[in-house]
Order: sequence, then structure tokens, then C-alpha cells
Amino acid sequence: MSTLKAGSRLKSAVCDAEVMVVRAAAVEVSLECGGAGMIPMAADKPAGVAPSEAFAQGTLVGKRYTDADDRFELLCTKGGKGSLSIDGALLGVKQAKALPSSD
Amino acid sequence: MNILMTLEMAAECHPDRVAATCGEQSMTYGTLLKAARHAGAQIRASGCRHVGVLDINSLAAPVALYAAACAGLSYVPMNYRLTKPEIQALLERITPAWLIADPKLLDGVEVPAGFTVVDREQFLRDALGAGGADPEPAQADPDAVAVQLFTSGTTGAPKAAVLRHENLMSYILGTVEFGAADEHDAVLVAVPPYHIAGISAVLSSTYACRRMVQLSNFDGQSWLETCQREKVTNAFVVPTMLSRVIEYIDASGADATLPALRALAYGGGKMPAPVIERAMQLWPTVDFTNAYGLTETSSTIALLDPEGHREGFNSADPAVRKRLHSVGRPIDAVEIEIRDEDGKALPVDEVGDVFVRGGQVAGEYLGIGSLLDANGWFPTRDRGYQDKYGFLYLDGRADDVIVRGGENISPGEIEDVLRQHPAIVDVAVVAIPDEEWGESVGAAVVTNPGVKIDEAALRAELQGWVRERLRSSRVPAVISFRENLPYNEMGKILRRVLRDELSASA
Repeated sequence: MSTLKAGSRLKSAVCDAEVMVVRAAAVEVSLECGGAGMIPMAADKPAGVAPSEAFAQGTLVGKRYTDADDRFELLCTKGGKGSLSIDGALLGVKQAKALPSSD
Repeated sequence: MNILMTLEMAAECHPDRVAATCGEQSMTYGTLLKAARHAGAQIRASGCRHVGVLDINSLAAPVALYAAACAGLSYVPMNYRLTKPEIQALLERITPAWLIADPKLLDGVEVPAGFTVVDREQFLRDALGAGGADPEPAQADPDAVAVQLFTSGTTGAPKAAVLRHENLMSYILGTVEFGAADEHDAVLVAVPPYHIAGISAVLSSTYACRRMVQLSNFDGQSWLETCQREKVTNAFVVPTMLSRVIEYIDASGADATLPALRALAYGGGKMPAPVIERAMQLWPTVDFTNAYGLTETSSTIALLDPEGHREGFNSADPAVRKRLHSVGRPIDAVEIEIRDEDGKALPVDEVGDVFVRGGQVAGEYLGIGSLLDANGWFPTRDRGYQDKYGFLYLDGRADDVIVRGGENISPGEIEDVLRQHPAIVDVAVVAIPDEEWGESVGAAVVTNPGVKIDEAALRAELQGWVRERLRSSRVPAVISFRENLPYNEMGKILRRVLRDELSASA
């Protein structure tokens, strides 16, 4: 359990996924990918682990993920096989509103 | 939050896609990241504090922007059209710095101590040719300054606006979908590297994984020909550029067809109605977008989207038709409020000062500090109002408002009326000092070339023209006739020059 800080980056312990925290409520939560707690970018990954079956639908680069209450938003900066969850609940893909290119 | 993330993601997903093309030169996203990492390490090792660019558009600009992020330093592109003393003054404000420059621009400039000057070709050869493992980038804080831009200084000495990583990333994440571009998309970047739109073009294109086609030196002909040759799908122009393109097409009879072009965005100043309407005629299938933004807001804060253009263009209802002259609605990532002089929020349709709030709003200058109020609102210094549909209409700069006997007069309404007179081709209205009223109205006008005029008679006629259509307080006390009006290279009128001239003749 820890509080998430906007702008901070984390990586999956069980696949290639990496995320950046875009928005986060100031409460302690357990952020997981593939069913295992996400770890700091500089940390070493444990060997021989894989996403658990319930959390293996994959995470796609460039997509935004939010919880049901929209208290947290994560940007996937690198895709992986595991799915993101907070306190055991899967995060959903946030539908982006298409803006015309202005620059 | 670091702008480097946009490039890391693009290079991870599309390493072989072309990132930028300039003339005969191209580089992929993979190459751009590698070049930025190597150049960044070299710059960091030099002990510099800024990465300056004094040059036209080239592949070196995106490399330098991302190299600065890799080095954990701020990127400072500067206006190469300034005079030598002006350039020298800016250089003194950023030492010690690594400077990528066209050596010709430094002739006669005394480069301050602490500078490492590299010419563009050498910088690119070193960065693109670097071998070995990629050096690890510096870990810049989200609140570190990513970009420092000197304002154009149309009203005074240039101010150094700072944009932090979190401001720019807020803008990108709020407006661009990662990897949204198709493999064959290409955006034409015609604005120079020192313009905020030049910075946002690099970041937006990279995050969308869209190929940038850079135009080193803008003119109407090369813009049109580059669009055709490179099969450009998207482009951004300032109004002056669009005017020049249309002038070139109309004068030369050149083939104006742009089969690949899907979207044309414009911003950075007021678009004259005849220009946008002519463009919509020339390219009826193109999506037009008007983007309103400031350097201090990391670029766009309101958009008139293609739908808004078509509604305005095709409607007979004046309340909808005028939409074409709005800057559209605020983007979702910001809030806009119109306030009166006491800071109170104004209802719809009432003109006041435009305030903006949001993560992308930096609103901060070096040596001056933050201009954000306690609740995060930034005074844009633009005047304007919002209609009941939420469309924002701008009405000049707060600094340009004429205060005559306690009455606020907007130069825009007088300019609009004068422009309708058949003898007038261009006009600017400014405040001039007045003993009785504090300030009064001065107008500089340009008449039809080739039509001989009697200045005294036309002056009286124009005064009557304004009196009939507005009211007596709006009548210019002074009218001067000029061959043309002073504009800077980005199409902004130099009101300070006109104020000085007209005040002297008053």
C-alpha cells in the first residue's frame, strides 16, 4: 500500500508494462499489474514470474486507465501482458475525446 | 512528467517511422532518440545551464529540444531575425549555454563567456553519427524548466517565459492521443523554432507519431510546393502565412490543389475574414481549426473546430455565422473566465479580461515570477467575451484599450469600421496622449495603392464615417496615412511604434 504521486513512473514486476501516474487521490492503495504490486523504475524484477490469469488481458501503450470512481488515472508508457488493478479491481480504458490537431 | 517521455514512447512503438524531414534530410524516431541521448550527455558534461538555438528550422531543432531534456537543462530557441544588439542581449541572459547557431547570425555579436557555439551541421553530424551505448538521460523533476521562450516584445523588452515539464506534458496529454497518426500522415511545420507553436508542433507530432516536414524559410510558394511534394496531410500556419499563400496562388495562377491535405490549423493572431473564407473556398474538403493560445499557456487553450467552421460558413443566422470569427470553445483541460476590472466574473456577451486556469498554464517569467492568482487563474491580457453557446470572441489586448475620459474604448471596433471604408486597405488604432481626455483615439491607415487621395478631405470623411457608425468618442482625433503598417515577422502589429509616431504628430 502506498500513495501515488502524479508524474511518478512505475513498472510491472511480472511483465513489460510501465505506467505514469497522471492523477491520484491522496489515499493509500495497492496498485498492481498482472496481479503483482508495481515497483519503482530502478528496482529489479523478480525472475520467472508471469501475470496471474485473472489479470492478464494486457495493457496497451498510450492508453489511459482509470478506476470506476475516477479517482486515479494512469498512462501506460510501455505495453505489457498484465492488466492494471487498484485494490484488486481492474482498471478500465478511458475513452479519449478526439480533438482536431491544432499544431 | 518529462517531455522526453513523448519521444521514448514514440521510439519504442515506431522506431523506424520517419520523425522529421527537412529538405533532403530525414531521421526516424529511433534515430531522434539516440541522437538526443548522445547530444544530451555531451551537453551535460560541458557544465552549461541552457541549450540555445539561434537558427532556422532544421532537424537540429527537435534534436536540441529533446537533448536539453536528456541533459536536464532548459531549451531556449531564440529569434534569429532580431538585430545584433538584441541577440547579444538575449545571449547574456542565458550564459553559460550550449548554442546551436548559424555562424552568420553571430557576425558582429560578442558571444559572452561561458558559451559553447556549434553550427547546425556539426551538431547534427555529431548527434546522428554517435556510436556506442545510449547514455542514460538525467532525471529532471516535473517542475524543472523544460523550455524558456523570450516573448516577442511588441509592447516592451522581451520577457523570458518559462514552461515546466509538467505544463507542457499537461498540454500534450490533454490534447493528443498517443500514436494517433497514420503511417502516411505528415504535418508541415512552417513556424520558426522560437515560436510556441514550433515547440508544441514537435511535442504533439512526436506523441502522435506523426512525421514532421520542416520548412526552413517560409514563403507562399515553398509552402504550397512542399505540401504537394511531401503529400502533407496536416499543417499549422499563422494568419499572415495563409495570406501569403493565397496571395501567391491568386497572383501566379499556380496549381493550388492539395489532394493529401486533410486539416489546416491556424492561430497566433487575428485571422482576417476574407482570408479564411477564400481558403475555405480553395480547399472545401479540408478541415479548418482555429487555435487560440499563448506562449504562457503551453499553446492552445481554445479551439474553433472544423464543425464550427462549417456551421459558421453555411449559416444565414448572424449569431451562428459570426462563429467563424470566434476562437471557438475552451479545450477540456482548461477553464476560462471573463472578468471585469474588479475581478468579478462577467455574464455571457459582456466584454472583459480573459482569465485561464489549468495544468498547462505556466504564466510565469524569469525575474518576475508567477502571474497566477491564489486560485491558479492567469490573466491572458486579452479582452473578449463568451456567447451563450460557449464560443469565445477576442477583442484585442488589454494593454491596447484606449481610456478616454474614463471610458474604455476597444481599438478593434474602430478598426473594423474603418476597414469597411472603400479607400482603406489596412488600419491600426492606438491610444495617444490627450490633455483633456487623458487618452484619445489615433489611427494609422493605409489606402488603396494607385488611388490618389486628398489627405485632408479623406481625414474628414473618415472621421464622419466613424461618427455615423459608432459615436463621437470613437472618432480618431489623429489620422496618419502610411504606405504600410509595421508588423513583426509573425504578423503581429507593432502598436508601440505607431503609438510613438502618432503621439509625436498629435
